[in-house]
Amino acid sequence: MGTPVKDVTIPDSALRSLILQKHCDYIASYGTKKDDYEYCITEYLRMSGMYWGLTVMDMMGQLDRMNKDEVIQFIQQCQHECGGIGASVGHDPHLLYTLSAVQILTLYDATDTINVDKVVDYVKNLQQDDGSFYGDKWGEVDTRFSFCAVACLALLKRLDAIDIEHAVEFVLTCMNFDGGFGCRPGSESHSGQIYCCVGMLAIVGQLHHINADLLGWWLCERQLPSGGLNGRPEKLPDVCYSWWVLASLKIIGKIHWIDKAKLTKFILACQDDETGGFADRPGDMVDPFHTLFGIAGLSLLGEDKIKPVNPVFCMPEEVIRGNGIQLELL
Amino acid sequence: MSDSGSDCGDGPWVAYREREEWKDVSPVPQDDGPHPIVQIAYSEKFRDVYDYFRAIVAKKEISDRALDLTKDAAELNAANYTVWHYRRTIMKELKKDLKEELRYITQVITEHPKNYQVWHHRRVIVEWLGDPKEELEFTAKILRGDAKNYHAWQHRQWVIREFNLWDNELDYVNKLLVDDLRNNSAWNQRYFVINNTTGFNDDVVDREVSYTQDFIKKAPNNESAWNYLKGVLLDRELSTINDLMTNFMCTSLADEFDTIRSEYWNYVSRVLSNKYGQSTTPTTEQTVVS
Ligand SMILES: [Zn+2]
Repeated sequence: MGTPVKDVTIPDSALRSLILQKHCDYIASYGTKKDDYEYCITEYLRMSGMYWGLTVMDMMGQLDRMNKDEVIQFIQQCQHECGGIGASVGHDPHLLYTLSAVQILTLYDATDTINVDKVVDYVKNLQQDDGSFYGDKWGEVDTRFSFCAVACLALLKRLDAIDIEHAVEFVLTCMNFDGGFGCRPGSESHSGQIYCCVGMLAIVGQLHHINADLLGWWLCERQLPSGGLNGRPEKLPDVCYSWWVLASLKIIGKIHWIDKAKLTKFILACQDDETGGFADRPGDMVDPFHTLFGIAGLSLLGEDKIKPVNPVFCMPEEVIRGNGIQLELL
Repeated sequence: MSDSGSDCGDGPWVAYREREEWKDVSPVPQDDGPHPIVQIAYSEKFRDVYDYFRAIVAKKEISDRALDLTKDAAELNAANYTVWHYRRTIMKELKKDLKEELRYITQVITEHPKNYQVWHHRRVIVEWLGDPKEELEFTAKILRGDAKNYHAWQHRQWVIREFNLWDNELDYVNKLLVDDLRNNSAWNQRYFVINNTTGFNDDVVDREVSYTQDFIKKAPNNESAWNYLKGVLLDRELSTINDLMTNFMCTSLADEFDTIRSEYWNYVSRVLSNKYGQSTTPTTEQTVVS
């Protein structure tokens, strides 16, 4: 059956080198265009947007171009009575944005500017009897939230606040026959979820539960002839999935199973030489999300103009080390 | 990555700030920290609706008009989770008709099938209703448009498990695989159903191996079928399975169908015979491919 492989072709005109300064300028100006429709409709994920932008600026060595005091003040305004943090002022608290906020404050070494005890209580109260985590009070369960909870507490050095053993048990019930992980027990393996589960297990030192051969195989099969990686079989390659797959491979010690040169070429081809920034695929519109994951991916692939990235937290390695966090990867 | 606001509106749109019945509410402009909001170039309608949405949230207004307002806000940006939260809060307090809400969310999901929030909203409504009867057909309809929609599969699995709807699922999966043998989501669903019903006893494993073999013969380079086969074989007690067949599978995998990965299949074959073969004594861990 001649089903063609779903993939993209990289145009001959695609960029082959890193235009670092353009990416810095793109991110620095993104936050100033607050009158853009695009900017306004992303208010519901503003906190994550700020994490993407600030982290990528730090990895490119230009975090000082961003306004630290205003960022911290914004985060303070987003913390609720319950301790949780919302995407923006007046938005409901959610674990996703709570992690983003804690990541930003860690970059700035400023976690003491919010009420940390309350954040810890918030995270702790979202854990369920089976070890899983709700994303917020509405009760959605997802292994992404297990990662958010554990990552958040690790950065705050308060992992002791939750039941780690049950948290691990739940994540392991989401492990599939192909070695991967999904959102909930029985859900199809998906690169984003795999990243969260592998990252979660790395943080709590339980990577030995993973079948690294089986999972490594599934992950390296994500590479397509264009060099890019997809998130699931029969999907198109994408810069963000390239990061999730690559980081997972790094964590389980199998990064050498993919063709690094081809992946580098794919990621570089996703840059826009006019605007700066990275898109999901060559020729598409850039955004801060894919810009972070493009830069982080290149860092893992050994690009020396970018600071080394920590594959679990997607933050500069120096920040994670500076926080005294030691991770044992496979 | 995110749904963009869609242009909606049949009939002339009247801004909230021009509506008599909203005169008592002062709109609350977006406050995003850092810089003051520059006068807005983006859609007037978007700003108008969200200024009023922020106002009703701030005053915790629970009313029919607030419920209608959340509809407008969701239509402009279905990914705004706070809008859906607030909508549910109102629905619950005013004891709104859940069937009608299900019809509404059906329409929204049809327009935004890849959005977390709308699927979550549906799940909560179905939970409140305690009635799953439209769910299998609804998810099947979405999957006809996109056979790998992750949210639709999540929802379908949840409904099946929650309301015990396992009976016809394997037939459904079979139809999908006959349609497209590379449908990884369908292979996953096959595993999900068997794992939660009969389990993989020896008879089932025999049946699944031959079922999968047929598909592999049709398309030897089909990753999903191989992964399924591997999962079924590696994970189970193989003692009563015909050794010959197992060996045949691995050898033919290595030599014939999947030569790129021959190293890998040789590895699998070694592991299998180490684990279950009668003649081999357990040796130390095999080293891995590459
Ligand atoms: Zn992407």
